[in-house]
Amino acid sequence: MPGACGCSAEVLSYVLKRLLVALPTLLLVAGSVFFLMRLIPGDPAIVVLGDAATPEAVADLRIAYGLDRPVLVQFALWIERALGGDLGRSITSGEAVGPLILQRFQVTAAIVFASVGLAVLIAVPLGMIAAWKQNSWGDVAAVAGATFLLSIPSFWLGLIFLLVFGLWLGWVPVVGYVTFAEDFWGALHYIVLPVATLALIETGVLIRMARASTVEVLRLDYVAHARAKGVPEWRVLARHVFPNAFAPTLTLIGLIMGSLLGGIAVIETVFTLPGLGRLLVEAIFARDYPVIQGVMLFIAVIYVVVNLVVDLLYPVFDPRVTAG
Amino acid sequence: MRLRPNLLIGGTLLGLVFAMAGTALVWTPHDPVRTNLRRRLVAPSRDYWLGTDEFGRDVASRLMEGAVTSLSVAASTVVVALVLGVAIGLAGGFLRGWTDRILGAVNDTLLAFPGILLALGLLAVLGPSRWGIVLALGLAYAPSVARVVRGSVLSIREREFVEASRALGNSERYTLLRHVLPHTAAPVIVLATSLFGWIILSESALSFLGLGVPPPAATWGNMLASARPFMDKAPLLSIAPGVMIATCLLGVNLLGDVLRDLLDPRDEA
Repeated sequence: MPGACGCSAEVLSYVLKRLLVALPTLLLVAGSVFFLMRLIPGDPAIVVLGDAATPEAVADLRIAYGLDRPVLVQFALWIERALGGDLGRSITSGEAVGPLILQRFQVTAAIVFASVGLAVLIAVPLGMIAAWKQNSWGDVAAVAGATFLLSIPSFWLGLIFLLVFGLWLGWVPVVGYVTFAEDFWGALHYIVLPVATLALIETGVLIRMARASTVEVLRLDYVAHARAKGVPEWRVLARHVFPNAFAPTLTLIGLIMGSLLGGIAVIETVFTLPGLGRLLVEAIFARDYPVIQGVMLFIAVIYVVVNLVVDLLYPVFDPRVTAG
Repeated sequence: MRLRPNLLIGGTLLGLVFAMAGTALVWTPHDPVRTNLRRRLVAPSRDYWLGTDEFGRDVASRLMEGAVTSLSVAASTVVVALVLGVAIGLAGGFLRGWTDRILGAVNDTLLAFPGILLALGLLAVLGPSRWGIVLALGLAYAPSVARVVRGSVLSIREREFVEASRALGNSERYTLLRHVLPHTAAPVIVLATSLFGWIILSESALSFLGLGVPPPAATWGNMLASARPFMDKAPLLSIAPGVMIATCLLGVNLLGDVLRDLLDPRDEA
């Protein structure tokens, strides 16, 4: 039983250990983004400034970015600037990359968090009930439905939703976007379809995971023991089964957020939303390397941080981890 | 008991897609890339089963050619990911020590990126092309193969028959290839099946974004992208390619569940 063991020292050392592991990971992630962009053939100064740059501008940038210095020094300088929020300027628009990312991230974050939240609320109870009623008619239907959902490409489901709810029924606008600050209800109209699309597909993955981990826990001896003691079934489920079965699902939620952030560009393209994914794809087309580098770094860092938070929450549901 | 319907339905769906691709290699109703501007956005008819697209190309023929593209790109990508991943995983798991630590750190770093993001970054460097996408997705998914292989090598190398092979005087390399490698097959096959599905999905997503296999070659993803502006006039253009992707993925997912039940009984359900 958690709580009774005075294990706060263990929890603290677990938290510190996880934080210490996350730091080198972040550094290595930043390093791979930096060196990936260095794989692009040609002078980085010309890559940053574009082909039309004057020789003076190139020379200035070489000095400003320390491109004449050893590559590890350059990396350190880049990290130092990135930590200060300076991710360079867009080649195409001249805008500072940092603020540009933050502005676009608002759209993406609203969609990702709303859809994952919605999917968890629907899928986790469904998956757990399916496991409790294992092999029943409802369980088979839940698994079949989940497998079907996770086989549908999100961008196609989005297109179908647009076709049905946008064009045929006329319930929502087909293109465009307003920010929440400008018009809260208007903005809601624009994000309801992307959120519904992603939530529905993530529901498929989550139902299967929640069901599988609940099935595992239901098989354990202490569940049989609790039932044999005459503990009411709802209490067995609420106190002994569900909290333990939730832990692996939590890890999956972290991974889903990451893959959504990585793949958000397709949904933003379908619904013509000015989010982070769209920014990345436009930058790839325009060969706008400072923007590509900045967005990749930003998404990867968010992904590492989300997974760190998931790891830190893990002992809440599964006290065994801190002991290990 | 879910085994048999899954095998039947999954096998039928995937068989259908493979049959379409196989037929397309020798015959399609029309030339999939030939444009005919007088026959733009024609409704389905006996001559054009699923109608024509915005350039007057036959949609049914393009779907068939798309099957060839998707399946061949996915198969080549799985091979790239497996070759790289198995090599890295075997080296790390068997040699251990500093080799393993360095390979492990690199691998963990790559796993810290969502796969499709890594592929997008690599495509920014490689440029969109059929081989660019194979290489980018192969590199993006190799780390998950490496992790699975390394894990099973670490547990297999401690087993008695590996000890026995060494005690008999067999070289490390012989022991690794003859005794350790075959035992990693089951988890790798299960993973390769999932990979095949993920890659079909990723390839169609990247093609949808215009970063995949470039037009005029037909892929389900780029067909969906070009159908978007004609959604109200020709909804079938937006529906048909998605049905193909979903059929293919459902087949792969159902067969994947069957394989997992067969090869990896611990991970039931």
